Amino acid sequence: MATFDLLAQGLLVALQPANLLYALIGVTLGTAVGVLPGIGPALTVALLLPVTYKLDPAGSLIMFAGIYYGGMYGGSTTSILLNTPGESASIVTALEGNKMARQGRGGPALATAAIGSFVAGLIATLGLAFIAPTVVKFALSFGPSEYFALMLLAFMTVSAAFGESTLRGLTALVIGLALGLIGIDQLTGQARLTMGLPNLFDGISVTTLAVALFAIGETLAVVAGHRFGGEKAQAIKGSVMMTRADWKRSWMPWLRGTAIGFPIGAMPAGGADVASFLSYSAERNFSKHPEEFGKGAIEGVAGPEAANNASAAGTLVPLLTLGLPTTATAAIMLAGFQQFGMQPGPLLFVTNAPLVWGLIASLLVANLMLLVLNLPLIGLWVRLLTIPKPWLYAGILVFATLGTIGADGSTSMLGPVPVSFGLGLLLAFGVLGYLLRRFGYPIAPVVVGLILGPMAEKSLRQALQISQGDPMALFHSWIAIALWLLALTALLLPLWLRMRGRGKVLAQLATDED
Amino acid sequence: MRLDSSLAQKRRPDRAALVIAAALILAAVGIGWSAYSAGGIATYSPVGPKTVPYIIAVAMFVLGVLTVVAALRGDFPERERQDVGPMVWVIGGLAVQMLTMKTVGFSIATGLLFAATARGFGRGPLWLTIPVGIVFSFIVWFIFAKGLQLSLPAGPLESLFF
Repeated sequence: MATFDLLAQGLLVALQPANLLYALIGVTLGTAVGVLPGIGPALTVALLLPVTYKLDPAGSLIMFAGIYYGGMYGGSTTSILLNTPGESASIVTALEGNKMARQGRGGPALATAAIGSFVAGLIATLGLAFIAPTVVKFALSFGPSEYFALMLLAFMTVSAAFGESTLRGLTALVIGLALGLIGIDQLTGQARLTMGLPNLFDGISVTTLAVALFAIGETLAVVAGHRFGGEKAQAIKGSVMMTRADWKRSWMPWLRGTAIGFPIGAMPAGGADVASFLSYSAERNFSKHPEEFGKGAIEGVAGPEAANNASAAGTLVPLLTLGLPTTATAAIMLAGFQQFGMQPGPLLFVTNAPLVWGLIASLLVANLMLLVLNLPLIGLWVRLLTIPKPWLYAGILVFATLGTIGADGSTSMLGPVPVSFGLGLLLAFGVLGYLLRRFGYPIAPVVVGLILGPMAEKSLRQALQISQGDPMALFHSWIAIALWLLALTALLLPLWLRMRGRGKVLAQLATDED
Repeated sequence: MRLDSSLAQKRRPDRAALVIAAALILAAVGIGWSAYSAGGIATYSPVGPKTVPYIIAVAMFVLGVLTVVAALRGDFPERERQDVGPMVWVIGGLAVQMLTMKTVGFSIATGLLFAATARGFGRGPLWLTIPVGIVFSFIVWFIFAKGLQLSLPAGPLESLFF
């Protein structure tokens, strides 16, 4: 079959020594940031964008994907040993995993998380390889109006469908869209909302916004809320080996988690948090030991961990085939493609096939690396949890400002004093990020709005220019109409559910940071 | 009696949320006005660079009005008490870094941020953390500016060595 050939060629690319090195750096960094509370894959990829500007595109993208996968592995370690999820997709893991660790079964909990992530990552990456060509074939027929409808659907699922409040989700999205307006208009060259500042002509850089919202906003929230009291990590007692009974209870949840996670990631239906939550409730229903849930049931670790990795792989389906990011990390990876002058989408599979298939194949390699990094070397990662918060956050801010200056090193005059314009934006958006957190606004829609907004505007204007302004052109095909209806459902159904008092479930499904 | 007062407290409009609503409405008007007053480029196209700003301005305005409603109904989640002092240290550190970066270079400016952040988290003393921060930032500067060719501003300290 053609997919096998392409995947085999991709493996040749992925196995080149330089690319193996990039993958190793990516998964190592990814695991580290996944373990460390307060920083996640979205922030890390954003920080690396300016650093990789001069590096090899294929290698950099392989590294970014490694960070994404690694973050999913590393997050589970923190949830299990510390009960403070390292990244949002691991919140559910903390429920059972930390209980297991308290009973001295931290080792098997980490093992089932790592092996489950491996199994899920492997199956889901193969799923990505086999589904992608079909989606690409389908997507090649898309015109601007279909793309616009698709982006509208992504906007609605990212902002309105999950989370505590439709209003706050949509507000976060519109803030991102408004920020996306700033700069020179792509089609006419007119400056918009630049307030006459030449520094703003290029628009707001993704790195600056993402770093400010995630790193600065989080640091301010932690320091102001005094959330840095010492919580002690559970020591891993005994062996990390799983018993025969553990294996028997784990393998089905792994597969079920994969089956739940991959489609959720692949459809524009929210991120890994949704998948891991659904998997957890599925396992509670299927389990032969429902009484153990809440007291350290291994199924409750195995399923959600498989689900969040599968969904990370699933997220790459719309990203690579349609150019449509559905999580903050995917949105920043899209910016990574754009930095190298590439636009993910069906055409990329034609024009740059070796790169795309190399990237997909490298995910298989990365998965294997992660299994090795996370099982025998787990003790090393646990050490990261002992870094005192003051030094950790001081270090995070040093790297945050480093990435920002790399992305926007322009100077602006404040009276007679030359000041760094990029850092000014960083501070302003950092305060915005803090306020968003404080008042319960989600962060991801702001980032997705900034990146996807200009693309959606381009599609909208192209569609309307073709039709000479007739808005009915937006609904000219059945695909477009179906996408509009789905977007409308994603907006209205949760609203109706919340009004009927079913909002709790949606709130727990909140698509958070990564 | 107590029930009444807690109810009354719940019913009290959320002032901070009203400020958010005002900010949204203000931003919406700003975006709309900016699009309206921008010089029009003569174009045959019915949809120009102003179309989407108008749509976003209207959306933001509507969301602002709905936020007023949410604020009056007390729909916002409860907020924890916040400690302003430590936050001022971190924000101050970022502001100082922004102001000094272009004059004194990456290492010194970032070293000050490092020390201010640690101080916000309750670690000191500054006479120790500032030098530590500067040395740390200098190492970072060396790796990224020299090793990875990221353009980071150099100041007197950096030019002393290179």
